[in-house]
Amino acid sequence: MSVPILEVVDVHAAYGRIEVLRGVDLRVPRGSVMALLGPNGGGKSTLLKVISGQMEVTSGDVHLGGVNVSGAKPAELARLGLCTIPEGRSVFPNLTVEENLLLMSYAGVPAEQVLETAFGYFPRLEQRRDQLAGTMSGGEQQMLAMSRALASDPALLLLDELSMGLAPLIVEELYETVGQIAQSGVSILCIEQFAKTALAVSDYAAVMVGGRVIASGEPDEINESMADVMLGGAA
Amino acid sequence: MTSLLAFTVLGLFTGAAYSIAASGLVLTYATTRVFNIAHGAMGMVMAFTFWDLAYRQGIPTPVALFLVLFVIAPAMGWFVQRVMMRGLGEAPVSVSLVVSVGLFVGLIGLAQQVWPPAARTVQPFFGEASISIFGVVVTAHQLITIGLAAVVAGMLYLLLNRTRIGTAMRASVDNHQLLQLYGGNPERVAALSWAIGASLAALAGILLTPVIGLDYFELTLLVINAYAAAMLGRLKSLPMTFVGAMSLGVLQSYAVAYLPSSGQLAGLRAVVPAIFLMVIIIALPQAQLRIGQVKGLVSVPVPSLRRSLLTAVGAVFLALAVTVGLSDANLLLAGTAATYAIVMLSLVLLTGYGGHLSLSQFTFAGVGAVAYIQLGSANLFGVFMAAVIAALVGALVALPVLRLTGLYLALSTLAFAVVMDKLVFQADFAFSTDGFLEAERLSVLGVVITNDTSYVMLMILAFLAVGITVLAVRRGPVGRILIAMRDSPAACGTLGLDQRWFRVALFGASAGIAGLAGALFASMRGTIAAAEFNVLASLPLLLIAVVCGVTSVTGAAFGGILLMLMPVVSSSNPGLAGLVFAVVGFGAVALGRNPNGLASLGFLAGRKVWGRYGDRLPIWTAEDVPPAQTGPSQTDPPQARPEEVTTR
Repeated sequence: MSVPILEVVDVHAAYGRIEVLRGVDLRVPRGSVMALLGPNGGGKSTLLKVISGQMEVTSGDVHLGGVNVSGAKPAELARLGLCTIPEGRSVFPNLTVEENLLLMSYAGVPAEQVLETAFGYFPRLEQRRDQLAGTMSGGEQQMLAMSRALASDPALLLLDELSMGLAPLIVEELYETVGQIAQSGVSILCIEQFAKTALAVSDYAAVMVGGRVIASGEPDEINESMADVMLGGAA
Repeated sequence: MTSLLAFTVLGLFTGAAYSIAASGLVLTYATTRVFNIAHGAMGMVMAFTFWDLAYRQGIPTPVALFLVLFVIAPAMGWFVQRVMMRGLGEAPVSVSLVVSVGLFVGLIGLAQQVWPPAARTVQPFFGEASISIFGVVVTAHQLITIGLAAVVAGMLYLLLNRTRIGTAMRASVDNHQLLQLYGGNPERVAALSWAIGASLAALAGILLTPVIGLDYFELTLLVINAYAAAMLGRLKSLPMTFVGAMSLGVLQSYAVAYLPSSGQLAGLRAVVPAIFLMVIIIALPQAQLRIGQVKGLVSVPVPSLRRSLLTAVGAVFLALAVTVGLSDANLLLAGTAATYAIVMLSLVLLTGYGGHLSLSQFTFAGVGAVAYIQLGSANLFGVFMAAVIAALVGALVALPVLRLTGLYLALSTLAFAVVMDKLVFQADFAFSTDGFLEAERLSVLGVVITNDTSYVMLMILAFLAVGITVLAVRRGPVGRILIAMRDSPAACGTLGLDQRWFRVALFGASAGIAGLAGALFASMRGTIAAAEFNVLASLPLLLIAVVCGVTSVTGAAFGGILLMLMPVVSSSNPGLAGLVFAVVGFGAVALGRNPNGLASLGFLAGRKVWGRYGDRLPIWTAEDVPPAQTGPSQTDPPQARPEEVTTR
């Protein structure tokens, strides 16, 4: 078996004295889509923060493509090919669409190419290129955020609650895009409350409860065995 | 007609210099959300550096200019951002402003230490070379300044709108964590904008020096002019900032030309920027409510009534024991410390509990002192009325900023203090132009307290009474509202609290306490000077209050003594006068992040002692001791400290 794109080994992390991650182990094979499910407060978003470098681990290691990246800064990871789309609207509301896209070139792709890719996937963004991102609808903002994932051709894409506060139709549309990104060979780790939507596009699934990954496997298995957990029964 | 044109040119010149300074201010504020009140002070220090290089060291002017603008000033801006201001953008305004006020005071002290007062002149660029346009003589220096302002405007526009790093500067204000996820480096972006800001401050300072002279304070207070200009663009829009700067420059020039140069309104010419600023602030639209932060400020615990009364009694006995043997001069110092401590109590209420900042607390004390003297009734009623008048003035200052947030309130108090300094305190009904007033000693219920020892005791009693009252207010429902409003104005809004009038009342109450201190002080001294109440006295007051702990009465007592000692130390070592300022300023930069200050360290130590030996002390019963999780307790009598120090 080849080296997994992401390997999390026995990671512990805490907010002050409250330990949130209590020994997380997770492997995302290269080129696959993994859905990270589980009830609120399970530590999913914290794990994403740890992987993206926004939060320090108290112990344990994070390997990206076989390289230990514990302690790296978010900006360094971003330039190495990790693309993180945090929860909420991950755009700069007081910049125009075009300026938002311009900043995406920090990850290493030339600005023209970013614009081309983004406008190719989402023509609506081109119509709004001079509009402030904060004045667009939630779905359009999320398209803009997804453009970064599309344009920067990342090695690993982290998605946190893409669906938050969006209408189901738009969520479906966005997950179609996620599917397209996955087709192009990008490895994806996504957190999602809409378990069904996420499982439909994923190759693997893992369930986090109480700061640990308690189960992982094929989407169907997880869906059957973990339905009650995912609905929050075991929280 | 020609004279009008001549004054317009002069106005455009100063306006151009203001616009350079103001755009630096806007740049730093817009990219890091830290308002650099020391912007003018940075320009001042850089102007002195330029003088030092070009005139003392004899380096050719272009080389000196290059060194200051492109090496020294950016290095200073970078250093200030990296070391002092880092991460302050997310902090409450009261914290970030205190740090930059610390820098302000520290830089003045540093400049006075490095370049002791002496006559220094800086020649305008290209000397007296000039051309004539429509019969108006325009000097080369003026032309250069106006030209540079245009260049700065153009470059900043290009930087912010046409480059990736400029876009990242604007993005980092929106969400600096997201910028990191994009692969950008918010720290570098912030340091760059401060480096540019410092360089612009230096340019403005150097351009203005030939006109206003190499003066510590004139150049430092340039920040008010720059701020006034920047407010027209609401600290965001650069084009509006330029419009504001130009109109302010021209307005000021016309004021010099056409307002009377003698009589009651003579001072009006000096306060045009401050008045301009106040008018703009009044015209600003309603600010949005700020949503509270999760990591709110943790305050020191509030002692129970019983505990504060017992401590006060202890303090009285200690004060009695100490003051009996003091010489007259030392007694006056003890009284001064008590005055300062009372003024600091007004900050405990306003800043410590309310989370608002005032840069003019001594001005309110001055209002109280003047009111006490001019009312002519040297009795308790007179003191009370002086406090009421100061409170009304304070409320009046807070009125225009009813709808605005902490930063604007704090900066308008700075403008207010300047107006009072230059206009009101010099009027006939206040200090008049010679700056001194005679005061009568206070009489209590018909008995004039001529004995200094008794009078100082009275002041200490007044301090204790105000302290107990402030603590009582904090424990009650008003105190809860204060803390709630400080921590999350938006949450209070949803509860249906009308914070606006509450804020005005809070400001008034705080000014009233300061006014009370001023009245008592005037009565003690017999002669007071306007200079004791000027704006530059209020800033160290705020800094020392924060360093010592602006959330506790103990901190106020401690701060009163320290502030009293400051001039004592600098008059016994005149060579170190600037250094004292610098130490206080940079001390506040270091400690300003924790408003609980040194006093909280004392509480922590006291708590440890209590934990070990507490059960052997029979004074306090068990229910007086706060439970462990609420934090440290006060074991040593806090108010006892004023007298301890004066004996040394």
